Amino acid sequence: MNKIFPDARSALAGILKDGMTLMAGGFGLCGIPQILIAAIRDLKVKDLTVISNNAGVDGAGLGLLLETRQIRKMISSYVGENKLFERQYLSGELELEFNPQGTLAERIRAGGAGIPAFFTKTGVGTIIADGKELRDFDGATYVMERGLVADVAIVHAYKGDTEGNLVYRKTARNFNPMMATAGKVTVAEVEHVVAAGDIDPEAIHTPGIFVQRIVHAPNAAKPIEKRTTRPRIAA
Amino acid sequence: MAWTRDQMAARAAKELRDGFYVNLGIGIPTLVSNFIPSGMNVQLQSENGMLGMGPFPFEGEEDADLINAGKQTVTELQTTSYFSSADSFGMIRGGHIDLAILGAMEVTERGDLANWMIPGKMVKGMGGAMDLVAGVKRVVVVMEHTAKGQPKLLHKCTLPLTGTAVIDLVITDLAVFSIDTAGGTGMTLVELADGVTLDEIKDKTEASFKVAPDLKTKAA
Repeated sequence: MNKIFPDARSALAGILKDGMTLMAGGFGLCGIPQILIAAIRDLKVKDLTVISNNAGVDGAGLGLLLETRQIRKMISSYVGENKLFERQYLSGELELEFNPQGTLAERIRAGGAGIPAFFTKTGVGTIIADGKELRDFDGATYVMERGLVADVAIVHAYKGDTEGNLVYRKTARNFNPMMATAGKVTVAEVEHVVAAGDIDPEAIHTPGIFVQRIVHAPNAAKPIEKRTTRPRIAA
Repeated sequence: MAWTRDQMAARAAKELRDGFYVNLGIGIPTLVSNFIPSGMNVQLQSENGMLGMGPFPFEGEEDADLINAGKQTVTELQTTSYFSSADSFGMIRGGHIDLAILGAMEVTERGDLANWMIPGKMVKGMGGAMDLVAGVKRVVVVMEHTAKGQPKLLHKCTLPLTGTAVIDLVITDLAVFSIDTAGGTGMTLVELADGVTLDEIKDKTEASFKVAPDLKTKAA
């Protein structure tokens, strides 16, 4: 099966609709599906609920969809790098559901694995647990959290083959593997497209069953949010 | 004299033990990595999906795919492994991380923490903080003793909570307090920064605390 599409627009054709739920991989600007986000902006689908750890920054990542006001609601753990987000949220234009980062990751993992809910200690005694079921196990209190799925998941990988098998690179992996499992349709942009068999089967991070469409993104910009370096010590 | 940021980080580094897996938060906690004693084996975990975090790269060697949880460029070590955010928080929630050091806006005498939001003003989010305080074996806060002259060590948090009865040790620029989260016997002043008096601490602390019989004054 060849899952490779010629460009981002065709890879998203027929699966976007107003009011849909979208998962977008990445942590900060690391490992985000940049060309797919740009294509969603150009395709003008609106009233999106977007599940993503962060909301991009002004002018990059999901910041592109905030500028065009295509996002109605965000489900995220941290949005501190985005001034536009803060403005839209505080003015009531944008709905926001904060999830603890580990809870968010596990909700997505559970959703993709067919687990409708699970219990965690995270957030017990805080506003995160308000209105949720609490239960004691082995002398400690846990809060029930629901699994999450999405109409479409968009992810970024380093390498993908024609079967949809994916390999991520370094910390650009982050939320991408779970989101790939939790989309009814998962679209991956990959830096390198290879033939089936070219990736060592032992080294595949996401098996192709989770990925329906792939688009080659050989020149996607990889912005660095905080460039930190140390001085070279003279020999 | 109040401790500097570096002196607070150096004091926090005394909580490290050989063989520890440690998660460091953003700000002063990040500086703790500069004070790991030589010969001590400590692996730093970054909750975005990396264990065995190296120092900042040399200029020109930054890799956009290699960042820490503060989104700063970092490097790989011989001990490094990469994994998904779900695996990463499995480590944290599952109790596999020995020590977390993080910043705070408010801490109470029973170890409650608030550090993620100021309603109506600041919307940033908790990131991994709620998971870390719920799952890590020992949690240390490093923070300024006061904010704009107001105490940050309180009877009760005024800001939305990150966790309840989760903080084991608080290091400020003036003093160190231990908190008995397991026994529920409250907070104890265990060290004073060099030149800081008990009266100054009483003046700048709202939270109730006992004074350790062997209270030490340390230059850090």
